[in-house]
Amino acid sequence: MEGTTLVVIEHDRGALAEASLEALAAARGLGTRVEAVTVGADADGLNDTLAAHGVSVHHRAHHEMLSDYAPEAWGEVVAGLVRSISPRVVLACGTDRGNEVLAQAAARLDLPFAANCTDLSPGDALSMTRLRWGGSLLEDATLSAPVWIVSVAHHLFEPSEAPTECSTVDVEAELDPALARSRVTARVEREAGVTLSSAPVVVGGGRGVGSPEGFAPLAELAAELGGVVGCSRAVTNNGWRSHTDQVGQTGTRIAPDVYIACGISGAIQHWVGAMASKNIIAINTDPQANMVTKAGHAVIGDLHKVIPAITEEIRRRRAS
Amino acid sequence: MRILVCVKRVPAPGSKINITADGQRVDDTNLGHTTSPHEECAVEAASQLIEEHGGEWDPQRTAAAIAAAVTSLEAEGGPFDLVLFGNESADSSGFQVGIRVAHALGRPMVNGAKGLRVEGATAHVEREADAGREAYELPMPAVVGVKEGINLPRYPTMKGRLASKKAGVVTVEPAGEAGGLQMVTLKPPPERTNETVILGNGPEAAAAVVDVLEEIGVL
Repeated sequence: MEGTTLVVIEHDRGALAEASLEALAAARGLGTRVEAVTVGADADGLNDTLAAHGVSVHHRAHHEMLSDYAPEAWGEVVAGLVRSISPRVVLACGTDRGNEVLAQAAARLDLPFAANCTDLSPGDALSMTRLRWGGSLLEDATLSAPVWIVSVAHHLFEPSEAPTECSTVDVEAELDPALARSRVTARVEREAGVTLSSAPVVVGGGRGVGSPEGFAPLAELAAELGGVVGCSRAVTNNGWRSHTDQVGQTGTRIAPDVYIACGISGAIQHWVGAMASKNIIAINTDPQANMVTKAGHAVIGDLHKVIPAITEEIRRRRAS
Repeated sequence: MRILVCVKRVPAPGSKINITADGQRVDDTNLGHTTSPHEECAVEAASQLIEEHGGEWDPQRTAAAIAAAVTSLEAEGGPFDLVLFGNESADSSGFQVGIRVAHALGRPMVNGAKGLRVEGATAHVEREADAGREAYELPMPAVVGVKEGINLPRYPTMKGRLASKKAGVVTVEPAGEAGGLQMVTLKPPPERTNETVILGNGPEAAAAVVDVLEEIGVL
């Protein structure tokens, strides 16, 4: 396909978001020239990484207002760049920020925006499949517009290197000072350690765990495996765990090496958050539970007895 | 203060979402309807703010088509301090309506809010990002997209249910041209054909589980 795909790169104070490498892989799949935009001077150093992933021009947008994330200002930067370089496609990964910035840009350009797509296929219009209901339902759709603005669903494209020469263009952004009204004014850094979305192991608990205290053995097993605890919506609705731990359509979509799902029935809203896991081990008293029939491996039994036995077995093997 | 919450009526799915034969919509013949989970929380957030700061709240207005409705509502009754949305709708998952409404109204907007508090003329919004918890200070009037986890929504009371039956619904026809995003068909995701290996029953299965964990390479 002719033309340029402009990829919006997410970063946090200069640290590249892995999700943006997925967006670059998706962009290269369109067969266009791939350019990228980073917002804020902190990201100037990302040039080498972008070159390694097939970006031929790196637009570095600078403005004193762009020292930290600001949805309206970022959207305005992307909209301004679209007006000046007229790309055929604008693409980002469908993360919270990716979708927010593209929606802000699309609103400013008065153009349609298709969120969380897979299988992009360019023609007179752009054909794609969109994830709805968090991925429990798919929509085939077409996008007809002078510029196709799309986000690609997270965890569905594999980042890969495709080294190329990358030139840089510095963009002095013109921003209405009023846009400072919606930027980050303070933040509390997360404690160091793995997060639910990046953990190699997630030990998840559902209604079957029974109480807030019931999660202690799950936490113990997770710690033994260098992982974290996750939970289902039933658990957060009961107030047993914070929503930060929730896996699913309205929580976090996880993709660990292994997901150990304990006492989780596997409602569709939970499943779509867990289905990108590379391996799933279900522990449940009900052999017909959705989670059991969808898992690669399962133990039929009471999680309160099975989990401590697993932790003990790991410790026994490590000691011997 | 006045707050408008925008919600969407979506089917309440069972364990599987069925599609009509023509592939054009979710078959809701046997399903109830609900609002998106994020939006339940938006309603709760509005309730809490109204309880704290006083004011009137009319959930029926919320179903109306939006930007035009906001403008016409404001012409009648003065500006809204806050317009709240859910982060994204459960069914069409477009991630943009609230942002477009905010832009059309010329108001600041932050999506994904997991904390919302009002002090004077400022809406303090918090949200989670990869690096930590971010704070925003939006001058009101403002638009905020709320995410599940900001609160635990209350159940409707009998009194509230009865009152809702008496409230009027104002219907506003959507104006303007359709955008360029066109649905062709809905389809179910590919069925994962999967043979589950049962490792055993009860705690005796622990050794087999640890064998699998070793095989995967997480030990």
